[in-house]
Amino acid sequence: MRPGASRRSLLRACLAGALSARAAVPAKSKVVIARDSMVRPPGSSLDSNRLLQLLDRAVRSVYDADSPSAAWKKIARPGETVGLKVNCLAGRGSASTSPVLVEAVCERLQQAGIRAQDIVVWDRLTADMEHAGYPVTGRKDRIRYLGNDSAGYENDLAIFGSVGSLLSRTLTQICDAVINLPVLKDHGIVGVTMALKNLFGAIHNPNKYHLNTGDPYVADVYMLPPIRQKVRLTIGEAITPQFEGGPSYMPQWAWPYNGVIVSRDPVALDSVGWQIIEQKRAEQGLPTLRHERREPVYIARAADSSHRIGTNDPAAIDRVEV
Amino acid sequence: MDRRAFLKTASLPCLAACAARNAAAAPAQNDAQFIVEARFYEKQPYKKIKCKLCPRECVIDDHERGYCGVRENRGGVYYTLVHSRLCTAHIDPIEKKPFFHFAPGTMAFSVATAGCNVNCKMCQNWEISQVRPEQVESMYVPPKRLAQAAADNHCFSIAYTYSEPVVFAEYVLDAAEAGRAAGIKSAVVTGGYIQDEPLRQLCKRVDAIKVDLKAFTERFYKEVVNGELKPVLNTIVAIHKLGIWNEIVYLVIPTLNDADQEFKGLARWVKTELGPDVPVHFSQFHPEYLLKNLPITPVATLERAKAICDAEGLHYVYIGNVPGHPAESTYCPKCRRVVVERAGYAIRGMHLKQGKCQFCQQTIPGLWEGSLHL
Repeated sequence: MRPGASRRSLLRACLAGALSARAAVPAKSKVVIARDSMVRPPGSSLDSNRLLQLLDRAVRSVYDADSPSAAWKKIARPGETVGLKVNCLAGRGSASTSPVLVEAVCERLQQAGIRAQDIVVWDRLTADMEHAGYPVTGRKDRIRYLGNDSAGYENDLAIFGSVGSLLSRTLTQICDAVINLPVLKDHGIVGVTMALKNLFGAIHNPNKYHLNTGDPYVADVYMLPPIRQKVRLTIGEAITPQFEGGPSYMPQWAWPYNGVIVSRDPVALDSVGWQIIEQKRAEQGLPTLRHERREPVYIARAADSSHRIGTNDPAAIDRVEV
Repeated sequence: MDRRAFLKTASLPCLAACAARNAAAAPAQNDAQFIVEARFYEKQPYKKIKCKLCPRECVIDDHERGYCGVRENRGGVYYTLVHSRLCTAHIDPIEKKPFFHFAPGTMAFSVATAGCNVNCKMCQNWEISQVRPEQVESMYVPPKRLAQAAADNHCFSIAYTYSEPVVFAEYVLDAAEAGRAAGIKSAVVTGGYIQDEPLRQLCKRVDAIKVDLKAFTERFYKEVVNGELKPVLNTIVAIHKLGIWNEIVYLVIPTLNDADQEFKGLARWVKTELGPDVPVHFSQFHPEYLLKNLPITPVATLERAKAICDAEGLHYVYIGNVPGHPAESTYCPKCRRVVVERAGYAIRGMHLKQGKCQFCQQTIPGLWEGSLHL
């Protein structure tokens, strides 16, 4: 608790956190996959119009909304600052969140009443964002691009279970809500990376939490209150996911899935992403991740009774293709 | 040492602040000057590398860093990001490290970079050890300049300390060589979690190594340190065999590593593997970092640890972080008289002559050259 915070404010904050966490995960977790084989025509770049349509179909379905704009209005309210947590570590190419997808999200947020200056695209390092093709400088529309290296980290440790980390000030002090925009890919240590692990980009010491295939660290990091309370939606990019050799971009192991995977439940979303990766690996004659001793067990950890971030139970996941 | 003092005394006018605290983003730095190809790693297919510096042997993809956070794979080449990148520098008494048998009463120019290859829950310096180099303010101090700064400040040695010198091994190697050329000794304060080859390289260039032995059980190393005990024990034995002056510090943490049988096991291991003359320091724990729920170690616990080791036949067992305790002083194992009298970090009496007890001529092991003479 910060110095000066009263008992009442603490209780209020706890209650709000509990309510938002509860509200974030419905009884059955819906994971929507939207695909379009022409979103990236062979030999061409992403078609921004088709990607926008893909995104609309998915988000509408997640929120059971009549229109895209009605769906986006359920994510954030005007006046809120919305952070878009991208993944740019792999630089320019398919292993980083596509700027075109982020542009589409920004467009829809603005149509839902979020001002451009209230949108913050962020990741760990400004240089990584630049390398991934983001217009970090020189934008005219006032959308902010912010690396943690610019915004800095909190001074006090945030602690849950096995982790103790300083959180990005972009997350704690700037954003009211976060949309998580990871990329689906194989990961040489933790097996698969998408929704949960992308929040390693919110802490100062992710290098400490790759032991033991990321278990329980990935789940524990996601439990840190500002993450738990602020992430409202995950839009997983699966345009050209990678089934082997990740997280670095290895084109020989990437394939055109041409989709986005969207959910309010990051655990369910990661479970579905893992299935997609395993299915592709099987098609390619590769062993399972369990066989390679890098099964992403952190997904089950995130669903257990001490975390309850979401569900990994197939019976409790409503997997929808639109 | 504060920034002004460092800049003034070290004659390093263009350097940034030292003793930086991790907080807001550090100002932009010219990263290129700190980046040097690492010396201990193997290249693997698909631009992966395997780090061969510490027993963890991180296998690292392109663009990724190892567990220490200060080494990065860039296109299949592994780089240290902290060569000459000091985030803190102080002039300390050598007793603060602590070294008690290495030039007592002298000053050590004590430096560190960011990073560590373990993550001890009781770390006192986590704000520099558990961060990445770009997250703390740093200054560029190449090896020769460091050696010169130590000499200018009348320091007997350079101490590589505070965080974990293993992770900035290349800098230690180069700076120790520069120090030797300038007549400055090098002393390393480490957790000892290092592979054999880099350790041998270090031992060729440094003069003393103090190992923080965090506990005497693998369980503690796994749960509290995120490391392993056995490689650390191997390191201590190797240092001893290579003839480098070695002292051991054991931070006694209530309920976690303070059992009698653990002290007894440690004492027997030291006596068997190293002999009775290697100094062992039992230090008092203070709640820090992720272990704020435990109390300060009672002095009685430290005295119990010392008594057990004394009874097992170790000759130089000290109690640390308890200023004024009689067990801060060095006693001749033969005549039992005080040969180096200490009060905190201060030397109050030196009764050694050419490394021998002034009273009974018993040889007291250590490096006494350059010691304060009262």
